[in-house]
Amino acid sequence: MTVIEARALSKAFTVSVKKGRFRRERRQTAAVDGVDLRIDRGETVGYIGPNGAGKSTTLKMMTGVLMPSGGEVTVCGLVPVKQRIRLALRIGVVFGQRSQLWWDLPLRESFALLRHIYRVPTADHAARLLRCRAMLELDEFLDTPVRQLSLGQRMRGELTAALLHGPEVLFLDEPTIGLDVVSKQAVRAFLTELGAAGDTTVMLTTHDLADIERLCRRLVIIDHGRVVHDGTLEALHARYNSRRRVVVDLDEPPPAPLTLTGATLDATELDGRRLTFGLTTGTAADVVVQVARSAAVRDISVLEPDIEDVIAKLYKNT
Amino acid sequence: MGLFNATARTMPQQKLVGQITTFWVIAASGFRRYSTYRQATVAGTFTNTVFGFLRCYLFLAVAGGAVAGGYTPGQLVTYVWVAQGLLAVVLLWGTPELADRIRTGEVTADLLRPVHPVTSMLAADLGRAWHAVLTRCVPPVLAGLIFFHPYLPARWHTVPLFALSVLFAIVITFCCRFLVNAIAYWLLDVRGPLMLWTLGAGVLSGLLFPLRFLPDAVLLPLWLLTPMPSLFQAPLDVLVERDATPVQFGIVGLQACWLVVMLLLCRLVQRRAERHLVIQGG
Repeated sequence: MTVIEARALSKAFTVSVKKGRFRRERRQTAAVDGVDLRIDRGETVGYIGPNGAGKSTTLKMMTGVLMPSGGEVTVCGLVPVKQRIRLALRIGVVFGQRSQLWWDLPLRESFALLRHIYRVPTADHAARLLRCRAMLELDEFLDTPVRQLSLGQRMRGELTAALLHGPEVLFLDEPTIGLDVVSKQAVRAFLTELGAAGDTTVMLTTHDLADIERLCRRLVIIDHGRVVHDGTLEALHARYNSRRRVVVDLDEPPPAPLTLTGATLDATELDGRRLTFGLTTGTAADVVVQVARSAAVRDISVLEPDIEDVIAKLYKNT
Repeated sequence: MGLFNATARTMPQQKLVGQITTFWVIAASGFRRYSTYRQATVAGTFTNTVFGFLRCYLFLAVAGGAVAGGYTPGQLVTYVWVAQGLLAVVLLWGTPELADRIRTGEVTADLLRPVHPVTSMLAADLGRAWHAVLTRCVPPVLAGLIFFHPYLPARWHTVPLFALSVLFAIVITFCCRFLVNAIAYWLLDVRGPLMLWTLGAGVLSGLLFPLRFLPDAVLLPLWLLTPMPSLFQAPLDVLVERDATPVQFGIVGLQACWLVVMLLLCRLVQRRAERHLVIQGG
């Protein structure tokens, strides 16, 4: 069942550029330029792109806080801007750089307030809050005013606030930005379990590609307002020919240059004693066996394709 | 984790009951928010009381023991001290919180809640006002009672009518502040409009001096064409019983008209703003 659907969605902003002492020129800048997207119920989608690519703008249009300049978008069958208040009951949103909590109130009171605002049945609210308290370790700061929380604590509070009403779609805009390793792990573990539950649709924008690797089965990459990739991470690796690599350390350099079946020699280091092979059709074991025929192998390691390299290539090419 | 399965189930309440409950709870949160700043409350109350003495002596000196602008000295004392008490309740000069939220993009959170932003902000403001009634209003009024000879209402309906008039004044002032702050949707920086409002509101609302001191040629258009006298002059005139009973009711009736107009204007401006909105800062 399709939960989010965008057709030729676009947003242009007017920017004033100074053109002299009194003159200003107004220009249209396309932040989102004809995005087509269908996301089904229960999918976890990573929506990534370089700074200024249009990620947050897309999310704002999908949540109804920004009016599209063109195209159409529906979320849970509703038109976001027109039906924003009805939609708000069915979605949860976390903007990593903004807070939806009440600055002066303790987290516990913010959550109680949200229960009334979203009119959540008491038992549902209590059960969900209990689960969040356990998973996100909220108890130690539940009675602290939001203004006194650390970024990691606040973000865990934000995530809880976004989920207490059982949203059908969760929009996360850089939820791990600025968090330390422990907080990131807590947030990721929580989202992994949420994704595993199966029916909450999650749309995640982030610059932290570890979030994507850990959480998202599907990856949508946007640049200059346009979708430049929509598919799995594996499909992206295949598209950019990124391969697993085998690094072999030898006692002595091989007597003659090695030519292997199913792999290519990508790099030679340490005076020929460290060789890096990229796998084409063969396996890591094939490489080791073939190298061992020519030289004494001291150590081996296998490197998985690096998502950052692939994404960097993609950003440069678009 | 099954707890988080997408349900978005809401309480099986009637729509109106649910809306009233939500409004009430947001108002309570407004009260709670302001109750966290106790030292600021004490400092503000003290300042209002000190200024009450200054203003009261000034008005009594101007009146010189006679009737001025239709007010007896006792009515002027009541006018000044109750105005001092209402200063934080009606709140002409609050912090430009909404403008700041628009400028920083934090207003997004307000738009993402399933309550109309104007309704939500109004509820929170009523909670704030109720907190101010209990903390900021009582001490200056008591000071007036103890140290001066204020006029006390003689008609039975005056006090409830005054309470209603104050409620209307709070809502209309909220609307005025909302509209001034909402200029930030278009200009981002509202310091200019805010300065105009700060100056104009004090003078034209009847806070700094009773508007009845002004000539009728100025007073009548001000009463009929602007909401400004509804902010302070109206509740204070009702309380000091300056006019006959029908005029008292007429004043509150006029406030009610302005209340409806201003609330509609706020919703209209908010709707326009949302279509124009650019969320700042990514």
